This record gives sequence, structure tokens and C-alpha cells, in this order.
Amino acid sequence: MSALLSLAWRSLMNRKGSVLLTLMAVALSVALFLGVEKARTGAREGFDSTISGTHLIVGAPTGSVNLLLYSVFRMGNATAEISWPTYEQIAARPDIEWTIPVSLGDSHRGFRVLGTNHSYFEHYKYGRNASLRIAEGEEFSDLFDAVIGADVARELGYTVGTPLILSHGLGTADFGAGHENRPFRVSGILAPTGTPVDRTVHVSLEAITAIHVGWESGAKNPLSDSISEETIRGFNLTPKTVTVVFVGLKNPGTILRTRREINTNKGEALMAIMPGEALKELWSVTAMAERALMAVSVFVIAVGVVSILTSILTSLNERRREMSILRATGARPGHVFGLLTLEAGLVGFLGALAGIVIVHVLIAIAGPMVTQRYGISLGGTGPGYMDVMVLAGVTLASLLAGAVPAWAAFRRSLADGLSVRL
Amino acid sequence: MNDPAIIAEDLVFAWPGHAPVLDISRLDLARGETLFLRGPSGSGKSTLLGLIAGVLKAGSGRLDVLGHDMNSLSGAARDRLRADHLGVIFQIFNLVPYLSVTGNVTLPLLFSPERKKRVGADAAAEARRLLARLGLEGEDLLSRRVSDLSVGQQQRVAAARALIGAPDIVIADEPTSAMDSDTRDRFIRLLKEEAGAAGSALLFVSHDLSLASHFDRAVSLGDINRAKVAA
Ligand SMILES: Nc1ncnc2c1ncn2[C@@H]1O[C@H](COP(=O)(O)OP(=O)(O)OP(=O)(O)O)[C@@H](O)[C@H]1O
Ligand SMILES: [Mg+2]
Repeated sequence: MSALLSLAWRSLMNRKGSVLLTLMAVALSVALFLGVEKARTGAREGFDSTISGTHLIVGAPTGSVNLLLYSVFRMGNATAEISWPTYEQIAARPDIEWTIPVSLGDSHRGFRVLGTNHSYFEHYKYGRNASLRIAEGEEFSDLFDAVIGADVARELGYTVGTPLILSHGLGTADFGAGHENRPFRVSGILAPTGTPVDRTVHVSLEAITAIHVGWESGAKNPLSDSISEETIRGFNLTPKTVTVVFVGLKNPGTILRTRREINTNKGEALMAIMPGEALKELWSVTAMAERALMAVSVFVIAVGVVSILTSILTSLNERRREMSILRATGARPGHVFGLLTLEAGLVGFLGALAGIVIVHVLIAIAGPMVTQRYGISLGGTGPGYMDVMVLAGVTLASLLAGAVPAWAAFRRSLADGLSVRL
Repeated sequence: MNDPAIIAEDLVFAWPGHAPVLDISRLDLARGETLFLRGPSGSGKSTLLGLIAGVLKAGSGRLDVLGHDMNSLSGAARDRLRADHLGVIFQIFNLVPYLSVTGNVTLPLLFSPERKKRVGADAAAEARRLLARLGLEGEDLLSRRVSDLSVGQQQRVAAARALIGAPDIVIADEPTSAMDSDTRDRFIRLLKEEAGAAGSALLFVSHDLSLASHFDRAVSLGDINRAKVAA
């Protein structure tokens, strides 16, 4: 066996050029397949670990995937809000242990602004029930304090004490966006989480109300700039609305009943979703496309493996003499068969290995880019079970594909006798 | 062991779908003997060597090689016999292109543990010794790609391969037909010497009658083959 392996290796090295091309075909096909697979599982794990510990998310009625995307992933926008009295009603329910009121809709230089209260820092959990941690400074205490995520601090070069101006809406512009008359100050910076929290500017709910004084009509009232900060501080800044509410239950067993009761709320129409379930729904939407991509990449691998078969099959005629020599020096037909299947298996194995290396290099490059763009760190993309399975699968498929030319050579070596033919 | 190296009697072989090319009344080769077998092109010389080497199987008759009845041995057993006890040299292009010179010489040892044992621990050294005996020496020569060697050099490498591990029989299928007469005579002399040193019987096949004088005995295939071949 090891003797045949060394023969197979030398034979391949002798045909380096064409072998390398076949190897590349296999490597690229494996890279495509694994890339699709890892993007899929990586995105899933990344999304799945973004929120934990929250039993229900409550917002105005919309699609559950939409509610999840804008509340947790800061993707898309809320179409409607919940009134403050309704929020207070929810918070007062006896089956609910804690709530995090959240107000969205403003931004700061491309980073979303989230209005909330102390409860957010206490109860919001991500990954495996990890709490948010303030790495530097402290929670907001003054009306115009802001706590920024790790990426915000890093990318904008902010430290505790840096002033910042929020813009109305989600534009990325710095000026003319609306809230320049109400400057904020960084009071704290959160430790990195690998979730969209890192790309969020957190302020108090009252601050959100304050900066919107004069915006009641939806656009800026020209007179609003004349209202001084002192005057605003004197206003009743209790929020009129919130965008969503994160809810933690006293007893998770009541989750279905609580959700139903919120969904059938008598007054304002509400929608409560379970984050895990909404994520499943999101994945079922993408599953079709994923399956199509998987099917395509499996076919591409098949093409790669078939290219191994063809390359050996076409080399067979010029190797007929070599087979006769091997036979004459004592090789059994089984040796001839084994040599050719081993060559195919080697090309498959090395090609798959190269493909795996390519994928991991690409992930090492692309992973941080995805994290930067979406705040989601891809999970489970390290070398693992999937790579081993693909390596084994492609090697096995190549050995099987190699059996075709090997069988042809086997038959021929039986029929040719000792005469060496060109 | 007094049994002869090869005995063939009433040996008939036909390629599938064709009339018999061989119907050998009698052929024998004693151990250590050198025999010259002559016959025109297409007369079935290579076919006969295929039968002796156990790569082909006769239709009927008797063929004993080293005391084994080749017609009753399984394919695997015939392969084993060839690997352990036979050396083969072809007419041209004897060498595996992707193996080194010594790699080609030690090739049979990959397929025969018994032969490997006979050679001993350092197969490469034995290969170099045989090559040196056949006039191939020097790092420069031995490190060349086999396809870069001259035809005469290639045939000597093939001879070293056939001789390694002292097989009982060496069969050579027109190994000198691509050589000029000087190279040819020197090659045959070396081959005979080394076969003698290894105690191997030598069955040398050629259509060139002038070579017959080098050998203990000469046989014409036409005289012992009753099959009529349209050559
Ligand atoms: N694999 C094969 N299938 C069918 N017929 C074959 C095969 N090999 C050889 N023959 C036929 O058998 C006959 C003998 O061929 P063989 O090669 O034994 O001749 P030879 O004496 O060695 O000739 P040469 O001196 O040219 O090498 C020829 O007529 C040839 O056409
Ligand atoms: Mg011939």
C-alpha cells in the first residue's frame, strides 16, 4: 500500500502541470461549497448569539422577522410606535419580571441611536447569557450623556468626554441633520460584544424626547433652536412613545400565554414575538436560496471530481506501456487498479485540502469585514467537523471516480499480455 | 532442485476470437542455461513469453515454470511467481518515466517481499552494484531522468532490474533490436555474465539469427510451433 502510494505520488509529480490544474479545479469547487456552508452557519450562529435571555420582543404590529431585524439587528425601520401608557401597562403585568423600553430612529454618523434606560444595561444579554459591560466611563446619568458601543468608539476615535451630535433619521450626514442644537457627551464605552450593540449609540429615553422638542410635527420647527437647554431640562421629558420593548418573564413557562395576551391586547394593537422563533422564520425564508446555492456548489464539486476522472482517463493511453512494465516487474492487476485509484484519491485529497485552506484564508479576511458592516461576528467558521467531512467526502468520491479509469486499465492489463504497446 | 526452469509440451494458445498462434510441441530450459529463441516478427515470440511469465494463460497443453504447473495456477499465484522468480527485459522503453534510475531497478522489490528479502536491507546499494557491473556508474548518470538516457543505457538499466534479487529465470524480448552491433554485443555479454553470476537461466528472444552464437543453445520457434501463423 505505502509502496503504491509512493508510486502514485511520483507518477503525479511527473505530470505536475496537468495534475495541478485538476487540483485547482477541485480546490476551487471545495472552496465554493465550504464558503457557502460556512457563510450560512456563520451567519446563523452570529445572529443566534446576538440576543439571549429576552423572552419576548413587543412592538407595533408588523412582520415578526421585520420586528426582530429592526429591534435587535438595527436593520430596517419601525413603521409604528407603542404609546408610553401602553408600555407602562405591559411593564406592570404580573407575569413580567423586567422590561427594556427601546426608542429607535435617530443616528450618529451612520451608527444607530438607541434610547433606553438603566434596565438595558442590567437585563440585555447576548451570546451565552453574557451581560453588557462598560469598559470605560459609566452609564448615562445626565440628560445629554451617551454610552457608545466598542466599534463606535474605535471607528470614530471617541473617548469618554467626546461631544457628539445626533442626527434625525438614519442619514449618515454630519450636518443639517437636525439635532446640532442638542450636543451630547460620551459618558461610557461598552466592551466589545460582536453584536450590533457595538455599533450603537445609547442615550436615555428622556434624551430622545428632549432632542425631539420642536419636532412634534415630524419636521423641525424653526423656533425649536430658540428653546434653550435649560428650558428643555425643565420640561416633562417622559417619553410619549417607545419603538419596542424587550421583555423578561418571571416564569418562562408562561411565555405562550403572555404572548397571546399581549397579541390580543384590548387597547392599542401590539405584537409580541419570541426571538428564537422569529430567527427560525428568518432562516426558513433564506433556506430556499441556501439550498439552491448548496445544490449548485455540490454540482461544482462533482464537476471537479469528474475532471480528475477525465484527466486520468485521457492519460491512460500514454501510460499503457507503463502498466505493462509494472505488470512485467511483478505487479498484479490489482496493483494497477490500486495505483490509478490512489492517484485519483491523492488529487482529490490534496485538492480538497487546498480548498479548505483557501476558505479559511478568505474567512480570515472577510469575517472582520462582515463584522464591521453588520456588527455581527460570524460564528463556527473555524476548522471543524464540516471540513473533515468534506475532505473525507471528496477523497472518497475521487477514489470512486478513479475506479473508472482504474478498471479500464485493469481490464487492459489482463488482455495485453506482456507485449508493450505504444 | 533438479526440475528444469521451463518445460512446455503441446502448449496451445489463441488470442480470443483468433486461430491459435502457438502450438508448441516441446520447449525446455534448464536452470542456469542460456537459450536463444528465434522467430520472425509476428510468429508469437512475445506471446510465448507472456505465457511463461504467467501474464497469459494457455488454452491447453503443459507449461511448467520452476516446477509450477502454470495452467492450473490462479492468476494471483502466477503473478506471485513472476514477481518472486522472473526478470523481464523488453525491446524498448523499458523504464517507468517517473522513477529514478535506481527506483526503476528496485521496482520489482515493491511487488515481491521475498525478492526484497533476498536482496537484503540496502536495495539501493544492490541496484548501484548491478548498474556498475553493467557499466553504469557515477552520480551524474544515476541522477538523470531515465528518459534522458541513451537506448543502450536504458536497456542496461532494464537488465539490472531484471537481475535484481537473483531471479531463477530472466526473459529478454528482443532487448537489443534498437542497438548498433557493438553496443549489442557488449550488452549481451554483460547480460550473460550477470545472469550467470546470479545463477539465472536466460531465455533470449530475437529475430536476428547472428546472435545465436552467444548462447548455450538456439531454438527456432518455427521448428517447434505447429500453429500456422499468417505473419
Ligand atoms: N493482445 C492481442 N490480441 C490479439 N492478437 C494479438 C495480441 N497480441 C498479439 N497478437 C497477435 O498474435 C500474433 C503474435 O504476436 P507476438 O507479439 O507474439 O509476435 P512476435 O513474434 O513477438 O513479433 P515481433 O517480433 O514483431 O515482436 C500476431 O499475429 C499478433 O497480431
Ligand atoms: Mg514481440
